[in-house]
Amino acid sequence: MAQMKFMCDAERCIECNGCVTACKNANDVEWGIQRRRVVTLNDGEADEMSISVACMHCDDAPCMAVCPTDCFYKTDDGIVLHDKDLCIGCGYCLYACPFGAPQFPQQNAFGERGKMDKCTFCAGGPAESKEEEYEKYGANRIAEGKLPLCAEMCSTKALLAGDAQEVADIFRQRVVHRGHEDGAWSNNQRASADNLAYDAARKG
Amino acid sequence: MNLIRSDLWRWLCLALALVASVGFTQLAMAQADPEREMTTAAPAIDADQWRQVRSGETGANYRDSRADSNYNLINASGETWRQLRNRWVSPYGLIVVLGMAGVITLFYLIIGSKHLDEERTGKKLFRWSLFIRSLHWTVASLFIVLALTGLNLLYGKFVFRTLFGDAFWASMISGSKLLHNYLGPIFGILLVVLLLKLLKDNMPKKHDLEWFKKGGGLIGKGHVDAGFANGGEKAWYWLLATVGLLVIASGFVLDFPNYGQGRDTMQWANIIHAVGALGLTAVSLGHIYIGTLGTEGSLEAMTTGYVDETWAKEHHNLWYDEVKDQALSEEEVAAQKGTKGTGDTAPSQPS
Repeated sequence: MAQMKFMCDAERCIECNGCVTACKNANDVEWGIQRRRVVTLNDGEADEMSISVACMHCDDAPCMAVCPTDCFYKTDDGIVLHDKDLCIGCGYCLYACPFGAPQFPQQNAFGERGKMDKCTFCAGGPAESKEEEYEKYGANRIAEGKLPLCAEMCSTKALLAGDAQEVADIFRQRVVHRGHEDGAWSNNQRASADNLAYDAARKG
Repeated sequence: MNLIRSDLWRWLCLALALVASVGFTQLAMAQADPEREMTTAAPAIDADQWRQVRSGETGANYRDSRADSNYNLINASGETWRQLRNRWVSPYGLIVVLGMAGVITLFYLIIGSKHLDEERTGKKLFRWSLFIRSLHWTVASLFIVLALTGLNLLYGKFVFRTLFGDAFWASMISGSKLLHNYLGPIFGILLVVLLLKLLKDNMPKKHDLEWFKKGGGLIGKGHVDAGFANGGEKAWYWLLATVGLLVIASGFVLDFPNYGQGRDTMQWANIIHAVGALGLTAVSLGHIYIGTLGTEGSLEAMTTGYVDETWAKEHHNLWYDEVKDQALSEEEVAAQKGTKGTGDTAPSQPS
C-alpha cells in the first residue's frame, strides 16, 4: 500500500497561493477556513523562503493520540481522516498538531468551536453518500484515482503529493541536479562522504 | 491642432523611454554575469533556517497567508503537551483517583465509620443557613457533573466507544463537552461566592496545627480541639480556594477561545486544569466519604442545617463551648422551621 505524503520544495515555492485557492475550490471549504496556508519566512530579505503547509498526514499523528472522542483514523494509504459526526470541537488536535492543520468554524456563541476541518489529502471522509461526503469533507479525488488538487495545480511543482517513495525520488533527482551541500536534508551526516549532491549543471 | 499636440507627446515619451532603456540594458547585462549573480542570489535553504522554524520564531518578516493566523510554522510545543497529557496526566490521574477510591473503601471496610461516642442528647445546634446549604448542594452537584464529564473527556474513549458503539458515543461525548463547557462557568462563579461566605470560619488557628499532628483524631486517643471548622475542613477549603480557583481560571481560558489566546497558552491551561481537577476529584472523594458514610451525624448538618449537641461536642468542641447555651429541642427546631421556613434566625451560626 502507498504511504501518501505531501512535500513542499521550499526552493521552488514562489508564494503564489495557487495551492490555497485550488484547495478551497476543490473542496468547497467553508468561510473562514483555509485548509492550506503558505508561510513565508524572512519576507523581503535575501534569504526569503516560502513553504506551503497543510495536514502532513503524520505516521504517528498527534491529533489521533489526543482526540477525546477517537474520531481520527488512518486509511490504508496512510491518510489521516476524521469523522465529523464524532468531533466535539474541543480543540485538542489543534493544541497538538505541529502544522496548525485543524481549524474550527467559529460561528457559535462564546467562540465555541464547531466541528474540526482539515486537509483530507482530497480523500473525503466517512459518510453515507457521495453528496454527504462532499458536503462534510470536500472532494474525494483519491477515489477517482487523482492526487490532491493543490499539488496538481502547483505552477512551479514545488508542492509534491503522492506515495512517499515517488515524492522522495523526484526530490532526490532535483537535489542531484541543482546541488546542495547537505543533500537538502539538514544535518545530513553522510553529505560530504557520499558526495550526494553535486551540481550537475555546473560541473557538466 | 489637438492631433499634432498628442503626437508631440508621444514622441517625447518614446525618446525618454529609449534613453532610460539604455541604462537598464547595461544593468541587466551586468547581472547576467554568473559569478556576480552567485553573490546576490538567494542562498539555498540551510539548517539554520529549519532550526529557526523549529524554534517557533516568527519575527517581523514572517507571513502567513491564512487570514487570522497567529501560528508559527511548526508548533513544537504541541508534542510537549501531547507527552505531558498522554504519558503523565492521563495515567497518573487515573491512579490518583482510583487509588483514593481504593484507600477510602479499604478504610471503610477495615476501620469503618466514626460513630458518636456518647448518646445523642436530642438537642440541636444550628450550623448551616439555608443559603449556605443551597449553595453547597448546587456547587456539589455541579462539581460531580463536571468531574464525571471531565473524566469522560479524558478516559471515556477507552471504555464507552467500544461498549456502546459510535452513535451513542457521539452524543455521549458531545453532551459531556457541552455540559462541561456551559456548567463550568456557573460552578466557577458559585464556588467563589461559597468561598467568600465561608472565609471567616476557615481562617487558620493555632489549634489546627495540633489537629493535623494528631491526624484529626486518628492518631492517639480522644478528640482534638476544633472550632466551627476543623483542620480537615479548613484544608479542603484552602485547597478549593487555591487549586480550585486555578482550575476555574484555566477553565475560563479553555472555554472562551474567542479572546485570541494562543495555542501555547491553551496547552498550559489544559495541563493545569487537568492536574488540578484530577487532584480535587480525588480529594473530593474523601470529603464525600467523611460527610456521608464516614462520620455519624455529619450529613444532617448540610441537609437540615442542625447538628446534635453530642456531635458538636465531639467534633467541634471549641465551637460547642461558644454556642452550647443556644441548643434547641426538636420541637423548637420544628417551630423555627415552621415559622421561618429556614431556621436561619438561630444565632449559633457564626455569621
